[in-house]
Amino acid sequence: MTSLSGAFLATAVFGLVIFMTRCFPFLLFSRRDPPAFIRFIEEYIPPAVIAILVVYCFKDIKWTTWPSGIREILSLALVTGLHLWKKNAMLSIFGGTAFYMLVLYLF
Amino acid sequence: MNLNALHHREGLSWTPVLRQTFPITLPVLFGYVAIGIPFGLMLVKAGYPWWLSPIMSVVMYAGAGQYIAIGLFAAGAPLPAMAVTMLMVNIRHIVYGLSLIQQFKTVGKWKPYLVFSLTDETYALLTGVKVPEGLNPGRFYGSIALMDQLYWIVGSVIGALAGTLIPFSFKGVDFALTALFTVLLIDQLRRTRDAVPTVIGAACAVVALVLAGPGRMLIAALAGAIALLALIRGTKR
Repeated sequence: MTSLSGAFLATAVFGLVIFMTRCFPFLLFSRRDPPAFIRFIEEYIPPAVIAILVVYCFKDIKWTTWPSGIREILSLALVTGLHLWKKNAMLSIFGGTAFYMLVLYLF
Repeated sequence: MNLNALHHREGLSWTPVLRQTFPITLPVLFGYVAIGIPFGLMLVKAGYPWWLSPIMSVVMYAGAGQYIAIGLFAAGAPLPAMAVTMLMVNIRHIVYGLSLIQQFKTVGKWKPYLVFSLTDETYALLTGVKVPEGLNPGRFYGSIALMDQLYWIVGSVIGALAGTLIPFSFKGVDFALTALFTVLLIDQLRRTRDAVPTVIGAACAVVALVLAGPGRMLIAALAGAIALLALIRGTKR
């Protein structure tokens, strides 16, 4: 186990590393105009990244053992259905989450 | 009315900004408190004092990164190895920044903080919102980012202080984040009317999950999606 002072030092180093990854593109393109490739990234990457994050949220589900993700799929379907129908983000998010918690509690 | 006075008045009042941004951050409130609590709990169970939890949430501010840090601490890994692991886990943030370069040109003095606080959830919110007419973009984005981090800090402190004593079951509350990403994705699709990036992202994520496993899927999926998108869309322009 890392000592408390070691954990302190590591936290500072981690903070620096994480900030560097977040800074990097801004430092790189602060003085010059970003190339066309960046405009391509701005347009197409956010939807792709968010789609990846949705799948990422389901990464720990055991698909081969009961209930094999049925609760999550149903809740996801409810969120999608609600949002396509009512277009109200709050309703979709809290409706879906409340449903999921209820299903977890009941089954 | 002279423009200066108008500017001055906007400079003073936070109320109109927060009235717009607080509701936007609500799903993150629930999600971050829900996943912040287990973090604080695990850190204390690993043998560290409770106040290390808020310190990490202030200095590092990275959900997955902080969970992994506990594992690294518990394993007693050497500092360079810990740093490299952390870099790999967070390398996806480089892509986030790349897609916000133009958007952050108008945020003024908020920029350093906005860059520092660019988590998955804040990124997803910031790429999905539009600054309402008459509001300062820096304050609009900044208040979203700041509230998100406050929720995370609060969650990690609650977990570290009293996680074991909370009587109510929070099991499943973290689904709020899944639902948030889903809603933001649908909104992106509505706006861009182009399903190709979404389909590529989802397909790459599934392939990466199967091939690389849950621990390494993010980097693999991002790399694959960018390469495929560049191939398909890059040649079109």
